[in-house]
Amino acid sequence: MDARNFTFMFYGFLAAWLIVLLYVVSLARRGARLTKELEDVKQLMASGQKN
Amino acid sequence: MREKLVMLLAGLAAILLAYNLHHMFLVLPNEVSQDFIFRIIFFHVPAGIVGMIGFFVALIFSVWYLAGGDLRYDSVAASIVEVSVVFSIVNLVTGSIWARVIWGIWWTWDYRLTSQLVCVLIFVGYVMMRRAIDEPTQRARLSAALTIFGCFDSVVVWKSIEWFRNNHPGPVLSIRTGGGNMDPDYERTLWLNFLALLIIGAALALVRSRQESMEREIDSLRRAAHV
Repeated sequence: MDARNFTFMFYGFLAAWLIVLLYVVSLARRGARLTKELEDVKQLMASGQKN
Repeated sequence: MREKLVMLLAGLAAILLAYNLHHMFLVLPNEVSQDFIFRIIFFHVPAGIVGMIGFFVALIFSVWYLAGGDLRYDSVAASIVEVSVVFSIVNLVTGSIWARVIWGIWWTWDYRLTSQLVCVLIFVGYVMMRRAIDEPTQRARLSAALTIFGCFDSVVVWKSIEWFRNNHPGPVLSIRTGGGNMDPDYERTLWLNFLALLIIGAALALVRSRQESMEREIDSLRRAAHV
């Protein structure tokens, strides 16, 4: 069959992995933000208790 | 412990995917009528099944939440729904690309396609709604209600190819037809890829549920600070 058939299959595989990859990146970013937020809140509470 | 399990699952999925990709491209022959493009089935169908299973697992956790009021069940349900939405989007996008080659169009308002789109929209709404509501109990109750509603649509998605005959092909997997509609070698690769995607989905849901517990911890610390 024509090369178009192969190209579209490639687009399909690419799209599938791109969607998963974008989600993984968004998860990693959210994880980093939450870790920092948790540290900040804990620090804030610790300094509040000292005062 | 959770991090180690995620790493283990990721490693397992990578090995399985490498084996599957090798089999898909170097071992299996081209399909007679569709040629190369038929290989898209190895992601299109497994992604759809993983998404659907995820919605039903989330339903179980949502019902547990409604029965006991434990917010941890709500968090687990929310994590699974989010990951399932990603896989359902993969299912829709790969299906659309496949349709462009086989049907000559990107989209048609076929019962299967439309019900799957509605399902994705319901659960995208679920994710957006959770971000809009701050009160945890109200958020959990509404989320559970939406999960139940979304799962009704999932049943329609599953059965639509038996109930109605449109552009989308009817059932081909032997668990639904009893066999004979698909080459056994193709079907074995499809199920192995389903397993790989299921493992990836489980790993992502574990990561996401860890984040949900962190959010709960931040929330409770903030509440304690304000008391």
